[in-house]
Amino acid sequence: MELLDNLALGFSTATSLANLGFCLIGVLLGTLIGVLPGIGATATIAMLLPITFQIGDPVSSLIMLAGIYYGAQYGGSTTAILINMPGESSSAVTAIDGYQMARNGRAGAALAIAAIGSFFAGTVSTFLVAIFAPPLTAIALQFGAAEYFSLMIVGLVSSVALAHGSIVKALAMVVLGLLLGIVGTDIYTGTPRFTLGIREYADGLNFVAVAVGVFGVAEILRNLENEHERSVMIRSVSGLMPTREDFRRMAAPIVRGTIIGSALGILPGGGAILAAFASYTVEKRVSKNPGEFGKGAIEGVAGPESANNAGAQTSFIPMLTLGIPANPVMALMIGAMIIQGIVPGPNVAIEQPALFWGIIASMWIGNLMLIVLNLPLIGLWVKLLTIPYYVLFPIIMAFCSIGVYSVNTNIYDLYAVAFFGFLGYLLTKLRCEPAPLLLGFVLGPLLEENLRRAMILSRGDPSTFLTRPISAGLLFVALAVLVIVFLPGVKKKREEVFVEEN
Amino acid sequence: MKPFTIDTTNGICAALFIFLGGFFALQSLGLEIGTAFRMGPGYFPLVLAIVLILLGAVILVEAVRFESEPIGHIAWRGMLFILPAPIFFGLTVRGLGFIPSIFLTALIASFASGRMRPLTALVLSACLTLFAFLVFSYALGLPFRRFGPWLPPWLVW
Repeated sequence: MELLDNLALGFSTATSLANLGFCLIGVLLGTLIGVLPGIGATATIAMLLPITFQIGDPVSSLIMLAGIYYGAQYGGSTTAILINMPGESSSAVTAIDGYQMARNGRAGAALAIAAIGSFFAGTVSTFLVAIFAPPLTAIALQFGAAEYFSLMIVGLVSSVALAHGSIVKALAMVVLGLLLGIVGTDIYTGTPRFTLGIREYADGLNFVAVAVGVFGVAEILRNLENEHERSVMIRSVSGLMPTREDFRRMAAPIVRGTIIGSALGILPGGGAILAAFASYTVEKRVSKNPGEFGKGAIEGVAGPESANNAGAQTSFIPMLTLGIPANPVMALMIGAMIIQGIVPGPNVAIEQPALFWGIIASMWIGNLMLIVLNLPLIGLWVKLLTIPYYVLFPIIMAFCSIGVYSVNTNIYDLYAVAFFGFLGYLLTKLRCEPAPLLLGFVLGPLLEENLRRAMILSRGDPSTFLTRPISAGLLFVALAVLVIVFLPGVKKKREEVFVEEN
Repeated sequence: MKPFTIDTTNGICAALFIFLGGFFALQSLGLEIGTAFRMGPGYFPLVLAIVLILLGAVILVEAVRFESEPIGHIAWRGMLFILPAPIFFGLTVRGLGFIPSIFLTALIASFASGRMRPLTALVLSACLTLFAFLVFSYALGLPFRRFGPWLPPWLVW
């Protein structure tokens, strides 16, 4: 069986001693930063990204990065449960019932359920990625410039649809991101564009600097707005092992959550958040006693946690096969690949099978490490929660500075960090989501290149995007998504969902 | 007729997008635009910049018609100390060298919080510098000069 051969290749890559080590370091670092309250998975990855570049081998580097991702997600649900402070919006749902469980003295069980649910979902969705990635790759290989252009439009439009708040603002953020992504030398003519005459920006704005600024620095500034004491009521966590009754109650929600999460995760535009919400709603609906939800229902932790992990995992599918990021984290992964000299897209699976399958296998290993290592280490993570924030952010700032500088040893990248930190903070204050901007930034150059190539191939006839069936289909999907989010009914519903989330 | 008011949050937001769009549009006009068949370096950015200006205008219209959430508290002190930290590191990492530069960078960032006491900041920055030296300079072997040419030679052993 080809699938098994491929998985075997993946596992032999991922289980080499060095890669296991990098996966472990990634998972631990990710959890370490992820449990620090107020710092979500995206910010964590943005901050740790430069470290992974120090590893020469792209496979190890991406495996570590993926490890950081799972770690950060896990760390996010830990803070959600223990101090009701979700680091990431996808664990906001976990906080609802998880925190109540912790208040009822069941913090240990809640954490264990979250970990077990995530592990199960991770296992299933790893297989899904392995099964669905190759056929999608085969389809993607037939894509021409026009199809790629239309596909990216779909990705960008969906990121708009799933952003919080105003759709117009999200659209503006995408466009701004695209423009920022174009800064640098034009590939066709070699003309420098928008560099303000600064030679150091000729290669474009450094992706890491933009990500660290917009997500990392801006988030620190937001946390500094009102510094108040965090109350950590749980000083020690005991009773990790769920009871037999817990196991019975969480089995079905975990399975349902996994299915919902896997399906929604493939959708471009931030599937994990949507998945967690959908799962919570479903669990509440099928439950025999819905009144328990919000007061510490096990199902309310098990379902969404599985769903968000499954979604996080299957969002790798569009990233690995098409090179299209489904959410900001995947945008970071793509940025990392480009820096490592790998062009994301369907060719990755063919030209670099060890990398492709190694990442898939390491997803499962990373999840295993999380459950084996983090549950026993929970005491340590709880201690971390008591570190005051004012001690943390100088450390984060120093490491961000070193990290960004180490990518290209370009001091102008550090000025970009400050600028994008400011811009990111300003835009958050103006209620603009940073996620679409980052997506636009990553896709900007690719979008332009494919647009120009498609237009040259069609001799300047823009109808090429509509006469090629796949391209036309994709554009239709993008249009449909836009129309749907602007429909008054959906608009209202959408606002309700996000209000509930906050 | 009700008095003409502009919502602050959306008003500033619209102005920002229009300004940025205008900046990119002006810069694009200085580049070769080309035709739809053979797009020059300025074509795509000009289109995007115009779209950005239009979106800014839509937000402006919304700002006049509706009220939205207020901007809220702004972390002035945070911005004053956090944003200069990476700039300072960039300005000094070559001249002062990695070790003094990272120490001072951490020290500057420390003062972003009103809760930080000077002594804590010093101790924290020192520990951080030692850690950064061990991890980045010693273990990972990043090619940074530990002490730079700005320092008098007798200060560096």
